[in-house]
Amino acid sequence: MTMNNQGRPTTAGISGATLPPTLSGDHGLDHEEKLIFELGRDGMCGVDVPEAPAHTARLGGIERRRKIGLPGLSEPEVVRHYVRLSRNNYAIDTGLYPLGSCTMKHNPRLNEKMARLPGFSDLHPLQPQQTVQGALQLIQELMHWLMELTGMPAVAMSPKAGAHGELCGMLAIKAAIAARAEHRPRVLVPESAHGTNPATAAFAGFRVDQIPATGDGHVNIEALRAKLDTDVAAIMLTNPNTCGLFERRILEVAEAVHQVGAFFYCDGANFNAIAGRVRPGDLGVDAMHINLHKTFSTPHGGGGPGAGPVVLSKALAPFAPLPLLVSDAHGLRLIEDRSALSGDSDPFGRMCAFHGQMGMFVRALSYMLSHGADGIRQASEDAVLSANYVLSSLKDVMTAPFGEGPCMHEALFDDSFLNDTGVTTLDFAKAMIDEGYHPMTMYFPLVVHGAMLIEPTESESKESLDRFVAVLRGLAEEAKAGRLERFAGAPHYAPRQRLDETAAARKPVLRWTETKIAEAAE
Amino acid sequence: MSETRFSKDHEWVRLEGDIATVGITRHAAEQLGDVVFVELPEVGRNLTAHGEAAVVESVKAASDVFAPVGGKVQEINGALTDDPAGVNADPEGAGWFFKLKIADRSEFEGLMRQGDYDAFVKEA
Amino acid sequence: MRYLPLTHDDRTAMLARIGAKSINDLFVDVPSAAVIDRGRFALPDGQGELEVERHLSRLAAKNLSAGSAAFFCGSGAYRHHVPASVDHLIQRSEFLTSYTPYQPEISQGTLQYLFEFQTQVAMLTGMEVANASLYDGSTATAEAVEMARRITRRAKVVLCGGLHPHYSATISTLAKLSGGEIIAVPRRPGEREELAHLIDGETACVVVQSPDVFGLLHDLRPLAEAAHAKGALLIAVMNEVVSLGLIEAPGAMGADIVAAEGQSIGNGLNFGGPYVGLFATREKFLRQIPGRLAGETVDAAGRRGYVLTLSTREQHIRREKATSNICTNSGLCALAFTIHLSLLGEEGFARLARLNHARAVLLAERLSAIRGVELVTQTFFNEFTLRLPRPAKVVIDALVEQNVLGGVPASRLFPDDSAAQSLLIVAATETNSTDDIDSYARALAKVLS
Repeated sequence: MTMNNQGRPTTAGISGATLPPTLSGDHGLDHEEKLIFELGRDGMCGVDVPEAPAHTARLGGIERRRKIGLPGLSEPEVVRHYVRLSRNNYAIDTGLYPLGSCTMKHNPRLNEKMARLPGFSDLHPLQPQQTVQGALQLIQELMHWLMELTGMPAVAMSPKAGAHGELCGMLAIKAAIAARAEHRPRVLVPESAHGTNPATAAFAGFRVDQIPATGDGHVNIEALRAKLDTDVAAIMLTNPNTCGLFERRILEVAEAVHQVGAFFYCDGANFNAIAGRVRPGDLGVDAMHINLHKTFSTPHGGGGPGAGPVVLSKALAPFAPLPLLVSDAHGLRLIEDRSALSGDSDPFGRMCAFHGQMGMFVRALSYMLSHGADGIRQASEDAVLSANYVLSSLKDVMTAPFGEGPCMHEALFDDSFLNDTGVTTLDFAKAMIDEGYHPMTMYFPLVVHGAMLIEPTESESKESLDRFVAVLRGLAEEAKAGRLERFAGAPHYAPRQRLDETAAARKPVLRWTETKIAEAAE
Repeated sequence: MSETRFSKDHEWVRLEGDIATVGITRHAAEQLGDVVFVELPEVGRNLTAHGEAAVVESVKAASDVFAPVGGKVQEINGALTDDPAGVNADPEGAGWFFKLKIADRSEFEGLMRQGDYDAFVKEA
Repeated sequence: MRYLPLTHDDRTAMLARIGAKSINDLFVDVPSAAVIDRGRFALPDGQGELEVERHLSRLAAKNLSAGSAAFFCGSGAYRHHVPASVDHLIQRSEFLTSYTPYQPEISQGTLQYLFEFQTQVAMLTGMEVANASLYDGSTATAEAVEMARRITRRAKVVLCGGLHPHYSATISTLAKLSGGEIIAVPRRPGEREELAHLIDGETACVVVQSPDVFGLLHDLRPLAEAAHAKGALLIAVMNEVVSLGLIEAPGAMGADIVAAEGQSIGNGLNFGGPYVGLFATREKFLRQIPGRLAGETVDAAGRRGYVLTLSTREQHIRREKATSNICTNSGLCALAFTIHLSLLGEEGFARLARLNHARAVLLAERLSAIRGVELVTQTFFNEFTLRLPRPAKVVIDALVEQNVLGGVPASRLFPDDSAAQSLLIVAATETNSTDDIDSYARALAKVLS
């Protein structure tokens, strides 16, 4: 018998722990990547831009005299640089993203394809309106979907994100109050609210007055009633709320608020729990922004762009900002200026240039058409089902402060199960990174200690949820058993360990500069 | 001869003559964690007791510092602007925030003494 | 439904684990009066990809896209060629489907490109620091005004006559909330801004756009001097940042804050959004900057890394004391900007700017040679204004019949200004071939004859 011992070995190699550091500083598929400014060289260019033909410049003597300082790179170098950077990011496409209040659901690629149709993406906002009738029709269709799903009679489309939508809604309220010649300086905000609510109310020129929560995570109606008076402009309430609960006395809240002549602003961040099943219009809401990047799957893109249309009640509709979309005998038309107004319209102004986040509108409508009203309802139900499944599967090992009844689309835990373990909420969350998961939302809402808010969304299979639950149970048990090594200083397996945020804030370095390189070289 | 008192908002005041030196307590500094930024009032500004006087920020939190007693700002601790870590290093000494010329001594008398403040912190 | 992974059996098993009889048990807190039936919506049921694609393609086909006409519109949105690799890279899953980088250990990709973006914006504008982007140019400008008012604690805001009217309106929306007093300088298309006499000790800032809405370039230096002499800040606004490849950076001309629309680099027209707001300023105003900031630091192992920093200025910490209520930035559009600018580099960017200018000069010469057409802006970058012998809107509508999208009538922007009726704002970029320019000149001559 002839032994072939020239082939590749078939046994596993020795453990990595004993290996010397790599020569390159890279580790297999993990590459360390410099800043773009530390790459490239003068004279190189990744785009073949022709030299301008001879012409007489008309720049009026303010020509640039010094270099900008941009590096020169070829296309393959730029592509490699950004592909390598991308690999240091967690993403929905790579794993479950349990961020409470963020609704990190699947982003269908059909949406991307549709948004890139030249008939939408290659349109100028100020082209003659007869050349953009299809685009206006798309906006009108999306408006119809939003008004139907919310049961509201009007919608302002231009706000560019959720917080921008909140501001739009509060400005409509302010305008309505001014039109009634009333003085209402106060806005009530529950202490569990997302930070944008008080920030927006203050930005809109109102005084913020906090309402406490009850022990079971709902807004305290008695405290609310005590604070309601004719100097209150509005209440800003998130429903379902940030504790993951539906405000069960919502109709009473609306009635009490309306009784003193105030308005009900609803933060629509958690619409994904109820879309297709409950219409905010039936709850007495006067204004609500809709984060298209949450409920309607437009991508978060690492922090934007978003889109935040605001649905408005009959009382607020006349004050919607410019531009307005109207339909008449000639087709659809944008009203972009007060001089072209008709009827009882009295816009409070303009939120931004042009007509809103068209690219996001196409994606959102593509999502809505794909799901249909039936699918949207099913998606909400699955989102709620999945959150309750996680809650039920974890509440014996983690502590759920309001876990007696069901939750909506997110499950809230606090850190009391970590008491005396030496593990903090932060450690626990960072340990999840080592297990291949993005952490849940931490330390929010503020009404419970060491909050952990988990929103699995409807995009996860049961197998995926089971695996996630098993990992969290395992971590909770490890913490309680005092096996701290996997928590202290976690994550250990991510592209970076914990970063020094204190140093970053004390001596802010917000840009690359050439001198730093020179200093480092010395 | 100086005397130090404490407020429920975790500021300390050391009174020498009619000049009050104000800072945040050791307890407050520990609660805040690493201080990364301090915003101080302008010299010459008149502060009222319990009014906002300064801002102190850690990585994750920003807190208002209130004037425990009213008065006109005489001097500010510019060293904190360059090195906010000074608040953590010596909160009740070199990490002082500002000095006031006080208007009403009774405001000072109304504040807690060290022992009362320690008990107050322990309770909370 | 193709996007929902749970099967009927899964749902049954999950309800059993929860101890609920049906999904309705999970909605017990919802008042029964507010729950509505499936059939109540006047909305269709779900459709497959093919059907959705067919429907949306039909809507898209009803529009005249810029690429299928001779196209010359600008006025705050510009059509440039975006390299294929830009759109490919921003669709990488790890960029497209990631959240705001609050967990820096697993978000270094986003944080590093934001740091690169900030550096590029600071370099281009000639400023010391820039933020990680705002929604768009108009909201960035409004935020700049609010910031100047916070810094100076003054009320008056002087807006130049050449400021894009949508920007003026956006500024007004915010400024009137905080007690700002807007002083709008009268429009004088094609002429220098005379506003020194409007600046006084109550003036927080002077907002100057260059190139302005009529395309005119302005030397910011005398305006900066006039503002600074009274302790006011100069806010420089730009709609077309490609101009920075050729003209002096506003920072070098004395601007204190630069607010600009960054759409021109890396981003398509998209019928008005999403775009990307650029915001840059002096280091001494660091703590007053609105929006997100990425900063450099080190990790526990001493390796360089990036985090979102100075977040105590922001709404999620400061709540009602935040510098702004802004939450979202324009991340993916900022990424497109950064990649496109990296591809261009110093030389490519300068060449691109020269090419834009050359195209516009040629177009201006050709169009102003037509009888009755007058060039209003004598110095410009890639956009200029013409005075026509007939109302510009009528001319533009007639040009559409010749498959020419010939610019934006000033009356679209200033509908109540009768003097604007005859003005047409025209832009040219590297995307316009000589044939396009010929077609336009022929069509305009024909329409005016």
